[in-house]
Amino acid sequence: MKNTQRITKNNKRSINRELTLITYGFLLLFLGMVAYFVYFIGFKAEDFINNPYNPRLSSFSEHVIRGDILASDGTVLATTKVDAEGGEKREYPKANEYAHIVGFADNGMAGIELDDSFLLLRSHAFILERMINELRDRKNPGDSLVTSLDTALTDAVYNNFGPYDGAVVALDPSTGRILSLVSKPDFDPNHVSENWFSYTSDSGSSVLVNRAIQGRYPPGSTFKILTALSYLSSGGSMDDEFNCQGSYTQGDTTIHCYHNSVHGQQSFRDAFGNSCNSIFAQISLGLNISEVNSLAKRLLFNKTLPVDLKNVKKSSFALKSGDDGLIMQTMIGQGNTLVTPIHMAMLVSALSNDGILYKPSVAEHTQNDKGITVRKFKPDEYGTLFTKEETEELRELMRYAVTNGTGSRLISDNYTAYGKTGTAEFSADKSQAHSWFVGFAEKDDKKLAVAIILEKAGSGSEHAVPLARIMFDEYFK
Amino acid sequence: MIHYTISLSRFALVILMAFYTYLCFRALRSGIDEEEQDSLYFGQSACMYLILFIANGILFLSQFSFSIIVMLVMELVFFIAVDLIYKHIYTGASVSVTNNMCMLLCVSFIILTRLNYSKAYKQLIIAAFGLVLTCLVPFLIKKLSFLDRLTWLYAAVGLIGLAIVAVAGSTSYGAKLSLSIGGMSIQPSEFVKIIFVFFAASMLYDAGSDMKKIKTASIVAGAHVLILIASRDLGGAGIFLVTYLVMLYTATKRPILLVGGFAAGALGMVAAYYLFSHVRNRVVAWLDPLSVVDGAGYQVSHSLFAIGTGGWFGSGLYQGMPNKIPVVEKDFIFSAISEELGGIFALCLIFICISCFLMFFNIALKIKEPFYKLIALGLGTVYTTQTFLTLGGVIKFIPSTGVTLPLVSYGGSSCVSTMIIFAIIQGLYILKDEEYTKDYEE
Repeated sequence: MKNTQRITKNNKRSINRELTLITYGFLLLFLGMVAYFVYFIGFKAEDFINNPYNPRLSSFSEHVIRGDILASDGTVLATTKVDAEGGEKREYPKANEYAHIVGFADNGMAGIELDDSFLLLRSHAFILERMINELRDRKNPGDSLVTSLDTALTDAVYNNFGPYDGAVVALDPSTGRILSLVSKPDFDPNHVSENWFSYTSDSGSSVLVNRAIQGRYPPGSTFKILTALSYLSSGGSMDDEFNCQGSYTQGDTTIHCYHNSVHGQQSFRDAFGNSCNSIFAQISLGLNISEVNSLAKRLLFNKTLPVDLKNVKKSSFALKSGDDGLIMQTMIGQGNTLVTPIHMAMLVSALSNDGILYKPSVAEHTQNDKGITVRKFKPDEYGTLFTKEETEELRELMRYAVTNGTGSRLISDNYTAYGKTGTAEFSADKSQAHSWFVGFAEKDDKKLAVAIILEKAGSGSEHAVPLARIMFDEYFK
Repeated sequence: MIHYTISLSRFALVILMAFYTYLCFRALRSGIDEEEQDSLYFGQSACMYLILFIANGILFLSQFSFSIIVMLVMELVFFIAVDLIYKHIYTGASVSVTNNMCMLLCVSFIILTRLNYSKAYKQLIIAAFGLVLTCLVPFLIKKLSFLDRLTWLYAAVGLIGLAIVAVAGSTSYGAKLSLSIGGMSIQPSEFVKIIFVFFAASMLYDAGSDMKKIKTASIVAGAHVLILIASRDLGGAGIFLVTYLVMLYTATKRPILLVGGFAAGALGMVAAYYLFSHVRNRVVAWLDPLSVVDGAGYQVSHSLFAIGTGGWFGSGLYQGMPNKIPVVEKDFIFSAISEELGGIFALCLIFICISCFLMFFNIALKIKEPFYKLIALGLGTVYTTQTFLTLGGVIKFIPSTGVTLPLVSYGGSSCVSTMIIFAIIQGLYILKDEEYTKDYEE
């Protein structure tokens, strides 16, 4: 019989062993898939869904009360007040002081409110509480974001800013954490909606622009950090001697020292410390321009800056050989170069951290409504900006500028300060200039890097440096 | 009050689904007595009906549309019909498999009603049609004792079926899958899968070490796969290839054929990667969907947005945005389920699929007659491979290949062919002892 034949013919050994093997093979594949699915929802989803292409994000606020934004000491910088009818109002207890860094949650959002909106609209309240809220048709409390912002330092900056427009960035060099970020003019984030029209129509003062990350300024003499680096790396020495006669002329361009001072006999170290334009103009003509360009590229010019904030503007630098006048202008920090304050803060923070740059960031961790940490955001190392040798040379120069130069107001027994001042002319009217200071101070393992620009304030050593002094004094108190 | 009810019901759905899944695996264990088995099956049915009622309740409360009630009544009639038919025509069949089939259809009806009522309605009608067809299966298996001799008929029908689609099929998402006949769209490859398993089984069950037979079978199988690749139906090609290799290996007991076959398949994939841009696109979309979120990665990105945003408990029916995923009713239905009914619910669904294929292979294990054994194995492999490809694709475990989730995805051909697969395996299960003993005695 047909069927009988089938069996006898192929019945030497049943195929069940093979079948079992296949079954286990498939089972293994499926279990792998299950594990991946669990892994995705459990660990990956949170980051993945925070994407502007995810249309669901907009509906999060229907289920969650936007969480608070806190300073590192727990001071509330932004919170949501819910009234008896369930109406929500976003409040900023510190009003103007943190306007630019914290931002606002209406009118298209800005600042941390924009950057970390997703985190504030996630709720990691206890599951039972969330289920009960769900049942009662109540919103869940969103997670709070604890930032690295230092209230004492920010108070010091804000209260001593003076009448100027401008910006201050303070970073912790060993982590990249933003400790303070102030931009002026500012605004009251509690009343953004009411004043929206005047803010956006008045392009002259542009109060909504966060100058610390979006303001592009001529660097003035702070750029001499780059010039010095180029000079030293092309064979120059700290002890090279020059003679300053108050100005330096090449072709039809004459570079003057600030206030037409005549510095006289100067070592390169002195020239940096006294910010001597004439000597720097002179040495700039001996530099290899393509090497200067590649140095600028390495120091993050013309690149999207590695910063954990959105809408940070690029700094720009471009120089061609041939035009001696422009070369001299550029290398003393005038020319066409434009820098953002945060960029300068990043450069000096690397010098305070063995040449290694940490990506500036402000989010430390999120916590649920009971204060239990949900997610930590680790400091993010970007990479090495300066070699060990470069770091040592620049530190020596910047220390010299404090001990023997334009930064002498920073001499303190309590900490060791390093820096470079700048007075950046930005128009034909030479009496108006931006006042710059970039630098850092150290005390044991504690470090602080700052970039300060006070618009139209005048000389760096007279206006920006005193503010730096206040900041260092406060921080190392 | 309505919100209260809906929210509570959501958690009830998750719990019921988890309990059902637990019972599924309890039922898989050997050595449980009949009484316990009966109570397990009763528990499964109870879970399914409760899920059906609760989910339709939520749908109704969310929409206040009486068409939902109409749908519920029709679904009830359908499931009771399944119950009666399997009791009377499939006496002795695995109740667990039948329950799983119903559960998968139940989930399908619920999510389709949510996504697109008219598609849910169509799906129900198609499933009813499939149910009628499956009534014939045990009868045919019993009567048609010459099924193992129609080898070349299977090959011809299969190849011609696929070839017609490759030439005249309509294109959707880059692949030629379907034929339009009299206003109806049919996907022949869904049915050719079954015919192909019959071909391979009839060719291989007594091949032993007959190299000539093995070669012939492999050439014909290769032809199927090549036509599918030409139609750009990569998922289909994968299913045919894996199914054939598994059957070949099991029938010949030669691991080298399996390993060699997969090595050739892997080489083919690499070649396809370099030859075809649509294959490259899928791979890029798999490795980093967000990098091409505007293009090739759109579907997978949105699928993961849905799954991730839904989280473990889901957003609740009508609370998510599953319709933002392209072809969500078909290939990406799992993402919609995970988004709205929750990750735990979706996980249970995967485990139900796993228990399905474990039961299939278990049935294949019990069948003694080699031809039927191979058929059960082949059809089980078709189901398993397809499930793996679609689930793996939508969660980004593997590159997306654009196949449907059997019994859950919208699509008539897929639904009917899967019901037939379930029916054939059940039919063989019933047959397993009586045929064998009868023949042996003669």
